[in-house]
Amino acid sequence: MNIEELIETEQQERERQAGLRNRILCCSVAGCTAAAGSAAIRGSIEAAIQEQGLPGEVEVCGTGCLGLCGHAPCVRSANLNETYHDVTAADAPYLVRGDRSRFEGRTVRDTDAFYAGQCRVVLENAGRVDPERVLDYIAAGGYKGLLKVISEMTPFEVVEEIKKSGLRGRGGAGYPTGLKWELVARQESPVKYVICNADEGDPGAFMDRSVLEGDPHRVLEGMAIAAFAVGATQGYIYVRGESPLAVERVRTAIRQAEREGLLGNRVLDHNFQFRIDVRIGAGAYVCGEETALIASIEGQRGTPRPRPPYPPEKGLWGAPTLINNVETFANIAPIIRKGSAWYASMGTAASRGTKVYALAGRIAKPGLVEVPMGTPLRTILFDIAGGVPAGYAFKAAQTGGPAAGCIPAQHLDVPMEYESLQAIGSMIGSGGLIVVDNSVCMVDLARFFMEFCMDESCGKCIPCRAGTVQMHDTLDRIIKGRGSEADLDLLAELAGLMRATSLCGLGMAAPNPVMSTLRHFKDEYLAHIHEHRCLAGSCTPREEVALV
Amino acid sequence: MTDTDRAQRLERVMARHGYSGDSLIEVLHSAQSLYGYLSPKLLALVATKLKLPPSRVVGVATFYHLFALAPKAPHQAMVCMGTACHTAGAPELARVFHDYFPDWQVKVGRCVGCCGLAPMVICDGKPQIRLTPEKLIRQVEDLLQP
Repeated sequence: MNIEELIETEQQERERQAGLRNRILCCSVAGCTAAAGSAAIRGSIEAAIQEQGLPGEVEVCGTGCLGLCGHAPCVRSANLNETYHDVTAADAPYLVRGDRSRFEGRTVRDTDAFYAGQCRVVLENAGRVDPERVLDYIAAGGYKGLLKVISEMTPFEVVEEIKKSGLRGRGGAGYPTGLKWELVARQESPVKYVICNADEGDPGAFMDRSVLEGDPHRVLEGMAIAAFAVGATQGYIYVRGESPLAVERVRTAIRQAEREGLLGNRVLDHNFQFRIDVRIGAGAYVCGEETALIASIEGQRGTPRPRPPYPPEKGLWGAPTLINNVETFANIAPIIRKGSAWYASMGTAASRGTKVYALAGRIAKPGLVEVPMGTPLRTILFDIAGGVPAGYAFKAAQTGGPAAGCIPAQHLDVPMEYESLQAIGSMIGSGGLIVVDNSVCMVDLARFFMEFCMDESCGKCIPCRAGTVQMHDTLDRIIKGRGSEADLDLLAELAGLMRATSLCGLGMAAPNPVMSTLRHFKDEYLAHIHEHRCLAGSCTPREEVALV
Repeated sequence: MTDTDRAQRLERVMARHGYSGDSLIEVLHSAQSLYGYLSPKLLALVATKLKLPPSRVVGVATFYHLFALAPKAPHQAMVCMGTACHTAGAPELARVFHDYFPDWQVKVGRCVGCCGLAPMVICDGKPQIRLTPEKLIRQVEDLLQP
């Protein structure tokens, strides 16, 4: 496909879709498909279209995450601008007919707070584009960013544009993306690599998986633009082995893009070559760390190595390597298409753009939401996601998995951006947000995360390998009512040591949940220690004693 | 599939990667999906073919959670122990297998990413969602019906 053909294809597909009476889009990411059966519902809708004699007028297809994951499966009626949740196969004829009365109480309109309160950039195609059809992506303006950089821009200008946008890495650390690109672009090397880190291992995080499953071409386009900017010809997507559907979708997308000449030896019939291969992780959380991920792509144990040199200098097979996270790459095409000024107009001065959050736990509408950086936590949880269900009280929100911390109720108005969360001892992390109510013991939660880190420590450096075990055992002792106040000092000491001396982010961040719960919920620790009781009522301290 | 077919397929996968040591993880993924698990014999074969020291192959196979080094039991359950599932009662679900279905091979999974449907267990490849211990017992009994 060359440039003219891309534009023509976009027009044709747009006109075809505009000619339809309705498009019914079934959420086809893992939660809705595998777990809640949206594939079967799609079949029933197909049958209902045939029965009502509407083929060619009404169309059913899959789409990216509609966001209401707690009420799966979800289906969207494009022309009515409505999304229905908890859909069953029996609803199919009503969906096709456009009978809205059937869905009373199960309808979320685009004007309702859940959608109207969001600002969708990364998720803009969810509910519009079928992840398995490249034409759909093209019709939604896809690959226009790639076209623009290839035909109008120099690599230097692309890097500058990303720098001006203020985009920061969405994997958790928040390093300015443009600076990273510049570092790689500056390296003199005949071989360079672009890697997409899709090893989303944080428990409670499913943003990246949803983007890959729901809009894979967007990630490929972002990677291709990055490759053009830094001068790479080969890319890898490192996908978690636990997400087979994401692997399948990405592979399909790569095949389609290669067939259409959007990836390959001559991208868009220009003198630009870029290929992408998929690498499947084999279940190791530490591989989300960039040097461990590189080792894993090289077919080795996924253990990190000391840095510097950082991957932009010496990465995959010793060559300069750009590694960005899925969500970061998903932001690239819109920035190029709409300009850095547009992107920088969203968010706060230090954190530009939007962020996708995966909401779970005790919340009315668990799911996927995207809001501008700096949006207060209260707005996300209460205005958009409907708050905590009746009968429960909000206690804290755990952000960003085992590397981050908790946000207690008194900080609900904190703006969600990198620096302000750090100031209260938490971090955005990758974007998981789990709401816990009063029945959850924060000491137990801290032990849960420490157990996770203990299991997932790769064992290469001692501070992490031994520190996680010591911290876990200390927490366990406190929970079982055998701890003392000296144990709290021990926890703080171990935390300081691990933060200062661990080889990679896993060990450095492992103490965060402990220190953050200790900061905000010290009373729970003290109750376990002095009174041998759990304020949340979920642990049974002194259980061994009770048995005797 | 006969053993000869499996061997041929694995050979083709290794050939496609040019018998390169870098492809070790890809090759182990394929070997496991063909044979069900990675036996010592299979690991030795991969080491020879990819010209890698056996220690490197065993080291990689034991490092990653998804590689199975022993045959799988007839029934497998994966209890998701992500944060959402954990706070929604997943530990009690793991106990269900211990108490009622001891012949099931139970693994703890670190977040399937379907947190909106917590807690969940994958029983013989079939996701069971929004579980309580009672619901899980019913679902497993249904699955065991011929």
